[in-house]
Amino acid sequence: MLENILYFIQQLLNGLTIGSTYALIAIGYTMVYGIIGMINFAHGEVYMIGTYVSFIVIAGLTVLGLENLPLIFMAALLVSMGVAAAYGFTIERVAYRPLRGQPRLLALISAIGMSIFLQNFVRISQGSRDIAMPSLVTGGWSFGDASSFEVSLSYMQVIIWVVTLITMAALTLFISRSKWGRACRACSQDLGMTNMLGINTNNIIALTFVVGAAMAAVAGLLVGMYYGVVNPYIGFIAGLKAFTAAVLGGIGSIPGAMLGGLLLGVTEAMTSAYFSSEYKDVVAFGLLITILLFRPSGLLGKPEVEKI
Amino acid sequence: MNKTLYPAIFAAIIMLVLTSLMLGVNLKTEGIALTLEGADQQTWLAIGAATLVVFFFQLFRAQITRAIKLPTLPSVDSVLPAGQQRDTLTRIGAGLVILAMFIWPFFGSRGAVDLATLTLIYVMLGLGLNIVVGLAGLLDLGYVAFYAVGAYTYALLSLYFDVSFWIALPLSGLLAAIFGFLLGFPVLRLRGDYLAIVTLGFGEIIRILLNNWTSLTGGPNGISRIPKPDLFGLEFTRRAKGEGNIPFHEYFGIAYDPSHKVIFLYLLAVILVLITVYVIHRLTRMPIGRAWEALREDDIACRSLGLNPTFIKLTAFTMGASFAGFAGCFFAARQGFISPESFVFIESAIILAIVVLGGMGSQLGIILAAVMLTVLPELAREFQEYRMLMFGLMMVFMMIWRPQGLVPMKRPHLELKQYD
Repeated sequence: MLENILYFIQQLLNGLTIGSTYALIAIGYTMVYGIIGMINFAHGEVYMIGTYVSFIVIAGLTVLGLENLPLIFMAALLVSMGVAAAYGFTIERVAYRPLRGQPRLLALISAIGMSIFLQNFVRISQGSRDIAMPSLVTGGWSFGDASSFEVSLSYMQVIIWVVTLITMAALTLFISRSKWGRACRACSQDLGMTNMLGINTNNIIALTFVVGAAMAAVAGLLVGMYYGVVNPYIGFIAGLKAFTAAVLGGIGSIPGAMLGGLLLGVTEAMTSAYFSSEYKDVVAFGLLITILLFRPSGLLGKPEVEKI
Repeated sequence: MNKTLYPAIFAAIIMLVLTSLMLGVNLKTEGIALTLEGADQQTWLAIGAATLVVFFFQLFRAQITRAIKLPTLPSVDSVLPAGQQRDTLTRIGAGLVILAMFIWPFFGSRGAVDLATLTLIYVMLGLGLNIVVGLAGLLDLGYVAFYAVGAYTYALLSLYFDVSFWIALPLSGLLAAIFGFLLGFPVLRLRGDYLAIVTLGFGEIIRILLNNWTSLTGGPNGISRIPKPDLFGLEFTRRAKGEGNIPFHEYFGIAYDPSHKVIFLYLLAVILVLITVYVIHRLTRMPIGRAWEALREDDIACRSLGLNPTFIKLTAFTMGASFAGFAGCFFAARQGFISPESFVFIESAIILAIVVLGGMGSQLGIILAAVMLTVLPELAREFQEYRMLMFGLMMVFMMIWRPQGLVPMKRPHLELKQYD
């Protein structure tokens, strides 16, 4: 009995870990959707690029002989956020802005093109094979009875939770308190009206892409350090999962993205543990289809009223 | 000057940030350690050049855009004579092209015929997806799933029940259509971009199922030794496999030549494509085809005119899926081997690129685009690596420059001017 409970707790911990990274990526989808009502298809690739950049920074600093772990971590975090933000900005500028006001299908296709382009750009520049990084943070705690089942909680998992929490708190503060955040919220309510009131909506839209991309880079660094592997194709599935998380929580709502990410992570961990790990993606996508069918507004989203 | 200088500097910095780390440094594993390797001088020169180009482009943007106008393609009307005469000309032209398609393989090389067959499969897929994306305006990113259903239908039927190609062909189309119907029924109420994601997820689900249901599909190893189609019981092998069957060359008393099989497959593909073109051409002139386009243009107006949008979308989705099923069945027969590797998302993206490049809704455009996108990479093999990169770039560029495609669909229409 105790054994089963401990096993369950272990899965819950694993699920929360991976779920918090989904939540970070989902922020990007949900913010962009909240403002321009479109899916940022290339967002998964930004996450992948964030992982690559953080690997490059970590490897570079290690080669240079730096051994202070927190310093390396902070440097990787900042640089990958910066580079990913530049990518987010460029995606908006190249694939979305010229098509604003055109039929939605066009922007969607150009974003898919962008996503294919970025994936292959990385494949050509960094090679298509897995790149592995030895884990920087090792060790952890373990609880429970060693003879039956031991719940292990690695330091890396705790780091992921803490960093996610801090990032989310900072984002919430930014959205609710800052001038830019207020402009973002105004844009998501009425883009045209906000423009009339003297706010440069183009800049605000670019800002949401940039912030979303930076969040994806944080997730990229964390997942990269957790699993220690990266290849150019991780962005596709991760993006799809994070989108599922965003829809699950209610797309357009930031707390919804957080909740959705955690729920999806836990669902996946439970599926792998009790059913089959091969089908965990099937369950995630099945979940997506089910939510869209029965509650398209998600858990925390507001139902959309179609205007004519 | 300052007005353009700062954005130019900004753009140049962005360009440098985008490229310097991702292109300028390469990750490398040495043993278990991860190290870095600077790219060669050439790459760094390219990065510098790209940054300068972006800088100067932004600096003189106004002048450049004024000086260079993107070339607009000549419209088809100005080249061809008008009206009745044009119709006859088109007919004669089409007749000649079709005749040529039937004759040339007997003189072409085997490799060329094989490539042409592959191209025709993509033509068929492009035409099928065109119904969904081009005519009905529904973005389907999981189109390859129906292709997989068609291919696996034939492969599994022939493996377990020894069903011949000719019986499996309609069954493949039917089964793919049923899958399209079952998926479409619930999801077609969704808005455009949700639909795109759901179909994408569906495509992945099908692929994962095929990959993991090892007992039925052979998993990642796929299914091999799928029999080739026969011609009224005549097989294109050296010795007949089926009982009482005669090989083609024995029946006609000619020497065995493996290129007979290649040419036969090609001709079969031509016939399938011609049927597809004809059926879709007629469909667009039927009420249902008109309804697809009407729905694409204005959802709400359609509903107010008493059309049932879900039903119309569903027909488009089902029809599109069935053509993918036919194509899949033929693909399985041609390859003789299929595995889930052939049905990844990239395939869907390539088919979508064909539709986008050709011009959504335009059949001629899609045929030309399919030929371009399959033959060009074969001709320029050294650029093979950059193929997908170019596809992606092309999709972005086409949407911005010419969203109606290279050969836009022609239809007499009135356009209302929009005043913002």
